[in-house]
Amino acid sequence: MENLLANSPEHRTQPAAVPNGATPVLQLTNIEKVYQTKTIETVALNQVNLTINRGEFVSIMGPSGCGKSTLLSLMGLLDEPSSGTIEVDGRAVTSFSDKELANLRNLKIGFVFQSYHLINDLSVVDNVEVPLLYRKGMSGKERRQRALTALDKVGLSARTAHFPGQLSGGQRQRVAIARALAGGPEIILADEPTGNLDSVMGEEIMELLMDLNRRDGVTVVMVTHDEQQALKTERVIRFFDGSQVS
Amino acid sequence: MLRSYLKIAWKVLMRRKFFTFISLFGVSFTLMILLVVMAMFDHLVGPAAPVKRVDRMLFVNVIRHQMVDGHGWMNMPASIHFVDDYVRKMKTPEKVGITTTSANATAFTKSKLLALDMSYTDGNFWQIMDFDFVGGRAFTPEEVKNAQQVCVLNEATARAYFGSTDVVGRTIEIDLKRYRVAGVVRNVSAAQIYAYADVWVPYTLSPEFYKDNRLGGEFLVLLLAPSAQALPAVREEYQQMLKRVEIPNPKEVKAIFSYADPMLAGFTRALLNHNDQTVDDDNLTSFYLIVGGLALLFMLLPALNLVNLNVTRILERSGEIGVRKAFGAAGSDLVSQFLVENLVLALVGGLLGLGLAAGALALVNEAHPVAYAHFSLSWRVFGWGMVLTLLFGLMSGVYPAWKMSRLNPVAALRGSGEQK
Repeated sequence: MENLLANSPEHRTQPAAVPNGATPVLQLTNIEKVYQTKTIETVALNQVNLTINRGEFVSIMGPSGCGKSTLLSLMGLLDEPSSGTIEVDGRAVTSFSDKELANLRNLKIGFVFQSYHLINDLSVVDNVEVPLLYRKGMSGKERRQRALTALDKVGLSARTAHFPGQLSGGQRQRVAIARALAGGPEIILADEPTGNLDSVMGEEIMELLMDLNRRDGVTVVMVTHDEQQALKTERVIRFFDGSQVS
Repeated sequence: MLRSYLKIAWKVLMRRKFFTFISLFGVSFTLMILLVVMAMFDHLVGPAAPVKRVDRMLFVNVIRHQMVDGHGWMNMPASIHFVDDYVRKMKTPEKVGITTTSANATAFTKSKLLALDMSYTDGNFWQIMDFDFVGGRAFTPEEVKNAQQVCVLNEATARAYFGSTDVVGRTIEIDLKRYRVAGVVRNVSAAQIYAYADVWVPYTLSPEFYKDNRLGGEFLVLLLAPSAQALPAVREEYQQMLKRVEIPNPKEVKAIFSYADPMLAGFTRALLNHNDQTVDDDNLTSFYLIVGGLALLFMLLPALNLVNLNVTRILERSGEIGVRKAFGAAGSDLVSQFLVENLVLALVGGLLGLGLAAGALALVNEAHPVAYAHFSLSWRVFGWGMVLTLLFGLMSGVYPAWKMSRLNPVAALRGSGEQK
């Protein structure tokens, strides 16, 4: 009964306020994520309400283990919340099947990971093509063209035939950003994208993300430990022990 | 997408060469053995000269006599009375021919003794079988009827006896009887029991040839149907005909049973015979089930080994699986990708297996385990090999692929093998 009440509209906590004129692209309401083992129950996220508007550059900060990455996984539809609802473009995805979620990820979301997660067996351009492989009806020629355009955007036109092992950390992260961009997503979710890079390279990647946000209007949500970089974004959301503190 | 799958499949094969070697060894060695067995089996029952029209042929091996008062059974080939008065009067076969299993015979040259296998046949035998004549011709129905002392030799006998194959019209002495050579044919494998012999002579010369009313004799009967589709009608008419057969000694013989079977069914009926010999089942289905089961069992071990290797290797690739899932791959996409990868491995293994099988058959042929037999990989065996390869690829790929598709993307990106 308690659960039913908690999920009914009257009892639902309102999501974060949406500024005038802004369109929410991601909306999280009453999100809880609990990891359960036989002996222990760990609350990773506790009653999180969060709205990300179209075109925003938001950074999420907090100490290790506070639930930042879990939050990003939920936003990226890679994981399911224990309770609460996630809406993408105003549509609740709770009842979506595995296939529908995969399709939604493919169309709307691009990921950038701290450790790049490039496929070492594939060349740079083949890596960038990966999201487009799952786009129905797209020809091989168009895939290649879009991958090359994305690589051009991150300044790696000259490295298309290289393999990840032949690139520096900064270049690999650029490839990862090109891969995230290739499918033309509305949202880029970046999990500590500069975490493995030195400050100069980190700065470059940060500039690239900001440029994508400013020029192409891509919504960026970035998890970071770096206060300086976080301050460059429009909004900083801080987490502590699974709860949003500001 | 397929190109990308193939590209990554090749890279994965090349990445861990030792594992790839073990996997390929398992696949190719298993397939080699299965292909060698299949090639031998195909040689035995498949269409090959002179039994080229095997799909239109039926064979009667024995007539089973059920004795009265539980005196058991007596199995014998057919007598000439049974063939002439009953089988040759059937309407559905295009031709009815007879032959005997080859019997030992001896010929002497100036310097050595030749141990020969001799068969007694009629004129139709040569029209049902497609022998490859090096010279001369078969003996005619007229020559058979008149019990003329003619013979057909195989190449090896002609060479051994005369030193040449150009011997038509010359005389050969076998078991102290002289025969004029009517023709010389290419050697026939001893595995082809209905066609094989070193020397063929008219059945009317056989010492066992009696013209009485006994049903049991020494002849194997060959029936040629007008088409492969007509086989059931011929079989059915044979059974109907059998009901009309008059048993000459009803005080001793209670009933007779006999079947006109295609080549393989003839073997299976004899091989998998059960105690009740009155049952009409030719055991072909049981044979296929047993052989299929044994082949599957034989493939199961290397397939399980490959499943094990594949499951272990999934953990190595959890990052890639996580990335693909994050960027929109559904479970079915990953299953397809992994199956393609595994089929590529199986296909490479299959091709290697074919090569190994060809080599093994060449060694077997060198050793001449069966006289004049040349085992080879036909297109039919190749086709079956490919089917087995695909089956192997699927058997060893489905479970790991399913397991891979079930990986939780978050856990996969962290590099653990946690399932959804």
